[in-house]
Amino acid sequence: MRLVLEKRAEASGRMAILSPVIAIALTLITGGIIFALRGLNPFSALYVFFVEPLTTSWSIEQLIVKAAPLAMIGAGLAVSYMANVWNIGAEGQLTAGAIVGSAIPVFFPEFQSPPTLALMLSLGVIGGMAWAAIPAFLKNRFGTNEILTSLMLVYVIQLALDWLVRGPWRDPKGYNFPKTIAFSDWQLLPQFQLLPPSVGPIYINLGAIFAVAAVVALAFMMGRTLKGYELRVQGIAPRAGRFAGFSREKTVWFCFLLSGGLAGLAGICEVMSTVGQLQPGISPSYGFTAIIVAFLGRLNPIGALVAAFALAISYLGGESAQVALGISDKTARVFQGVLLFYILACDSLILYRLKIIGRTPGPAEAKA
Amino acid sequence: MKKWMAMAAVLALGVPATAAQAADKLKACWVYVGPVGDFGYSYQHDVGRKAVDKALGDKVETVFLENVAEGPDAERAIERLAREGCKIIFTTSFGFMDPTIKVAAKYPDIKFEHATGYKKADNVGIYNARFYEGRYVMGQIAAKMSKTGTAGYIVSFPIPEVVMGINSFMLGAQSVNPDFKVKIVWVNSWYDPGKEADAAKVLLGQGADILVQHTDSTAPLQEAEKAGKLGFGQSSDMIKFAPKAQLTSNTDDWDPYYIARVQAVLDGTWKPDDTWGGMKDGMVVLSPFTNMPDDVKKMAEDTVAKIKSGEFHPFTGPITKQDGTTVGEAGKPLPDGELLGMNYYIKGIDDKLPQ
Repeated sequence: MRLVLEKRAEASGRMAILSPVIAIALTLITGGIIFALRGLNPFSALYVFFVEPLTTSWSIEQLIVKAAPLAMIGAGLAVSYMANVWNIGAEGQLTAGAIVGSAIPVFFPEFQSPPTLALMLSLGVIGGMAWAAIPAFLKNRFGTNEILTSLMLVYVIQLALDWLVRGPWRDPKGYNFPKTIAFSDWQLLPQFQLLPPSVGPIYINLGAIFAVAAVVALAFMMGRTLKGYELRVQGIAPRAGRFAGFSREKTVWFCFLLSGGLAGLAGICEVMSTVGQLQPGISPSYGFTAIIVAFLGRLNPIGALVAAFALAISYLGGESAQVALGISDKTARVFQGVLLFYILACDSLILYRLKIIGRTPGPAEAKA
Repeated sequence: MKKWMAMAAVLALGVPATAAQAADKLKACWVYVGPVGDFGYSYQHDVGRKAVDKALGDKVETVFLENVAEGPDAERAIERLAREGCKIIFTTSFGFMDPTIKVAAKYPDIKFEHATGYKKADNVGIYNARFYEGRYVMGQIAAKMSKTGTAGYIVSFPIPEVVMGINSFMLGAQSVNPDFKVKIVWVNSWYDPGKEADAAKVLLGQGADILVQHTDSTAPLQEAEKAGKLGFGQSSDMIKFAPKAQLTSNTDDWDPYYIARVQAVLDGTWKPDDTWGGMKDGMVVLSPFTNMPDDVKKMAEDTVAKIKSGEFHPFTGPITKQDGTTVGEAGKPLPDGELLGMNYYIKGIDDKLPQ
């Protein structure tokens, strides 16, 4: 008796909906087993992990803070990957955006008015775009592999950031510690009250609003406009795209500038909110995690938003599990790994069907 | 399976009861920059936490968050502990300074203690260890033990703490061999065993026969062991990872400090102090001197005794900087403020400080 994967004649619509559900169910079961093996009560552990982050207004706020940059970058990457443009360097574009936008408070600390905010944000976008333009240019001009160039440029800009905050941009009153002056007032993102205090006040910053706006705009573009159609055709059938007269060069430029600009915006939003200054560590690898977000969201901008929340929950759940259950942060990472593994594994059920050859199997075996 | 479910249900019901019991105890919490399994810096803080557990376990419950990145996640991690009912929170890495100050302002009733920084507040005290004292002794040992007269130094970030350590090491080495050389590699991380090991290989390849590190993993020492060379441990005693290579280790002993501070919260006598403890206070301890002849051991022990008694200070002026200018008054130690802002190499270091 053996299991084989048999290609379906066409993608299964039912499985497309069921596969994430199966994946999450399998993750919960596996997670429960891991917790039980560690001698913990699997039910309360899973509660701490997945439900507790949603139970207080503070943790929901934190969830939004964590998910916003992931959704913003992930949505841009989803569009790029859909069009077969492989921007792996969002982390670098994020850093570039943060650096360029931070030039305003570093050089003009006294410049405090609404235009300060607008200028910093725009410079953030420009910074991200500029850094993304390099792999786009190299790809179009010399045919270089954009996966490599965009990735390597991450390390270049991170070292540049390191150099800046240790040297020329260092806070003169900061005992030589590597950071710029602390940003204040209009150099920080304003906060908005999302829900009234009676419900439990939830504050969000401008970054979250940008993230949702970006997701909605990109979803509209991909689903309802000619540009979206053009990008999708190039992803699914590059030759057909060429015959249709779509310019590959323009698509490369478009995707890099779009995803780079969004990554840059996410970067400047981070330094203008959670970090409040430029320092060597400004992102817990948001740009790389967003690659996972894009794929978890099936290269769909709305999907990226959902995926960003799912990953944010697993991060926050991991922290609350450390505090409440005293387990290592490695457990949280194992969990994320298990989730990704099952999602990718279950996705193959959309295109393939499981078939058992040999004696007639019992239903329990078929499910495993 | 059914049995399992029943058991789980019983456990689930049992949870609120234990939570209520725990509420009577004082909650003391720690935030670590690395994993507790680094066997270096974060590990050693966690040893301190466990010491608190042991000493005050009947009145205190301890909690920690490990591997918290210095960046957007730090503030959330600290605030989470504040919200979970921690009454005193130790944030153990430099990059947690501003997040600690921010969270402390929101929770005035909670005490905070930040290691290796300089910002204080009404409910934020600061503490650090004079690691440089141990490094001076290590420099002396290195100069005695090295055949090539060259040490390899693996460092994290060019902050004053680290620069101070390099300078102190070299002052110690120069006191034995004025021509002693040091080769320096910056790995830009506190904990990255892969990078640290690569740096160690490069340094050994360039003729260094003794490795010193200001990073937290055991990797460099293990490389020294493999190559049959010598090295120094960092933060915790790493002898079991390099029984033939470790000369000594510059260990941090946070146990007495943590116990005293948590006790102060229990007694209601906690104040936002500024503690910079050294060998005298038992905060910096050199682990047993091994793999060296008796005369070297004797010299090291003498220096330790002199530093402890206050007879000797590694940074006794005048000290000549790399550019030839001098700082400090003759015969007097550099003031702490000067040390804490140190951003220059001393003469004899053949490297350029990244800045």
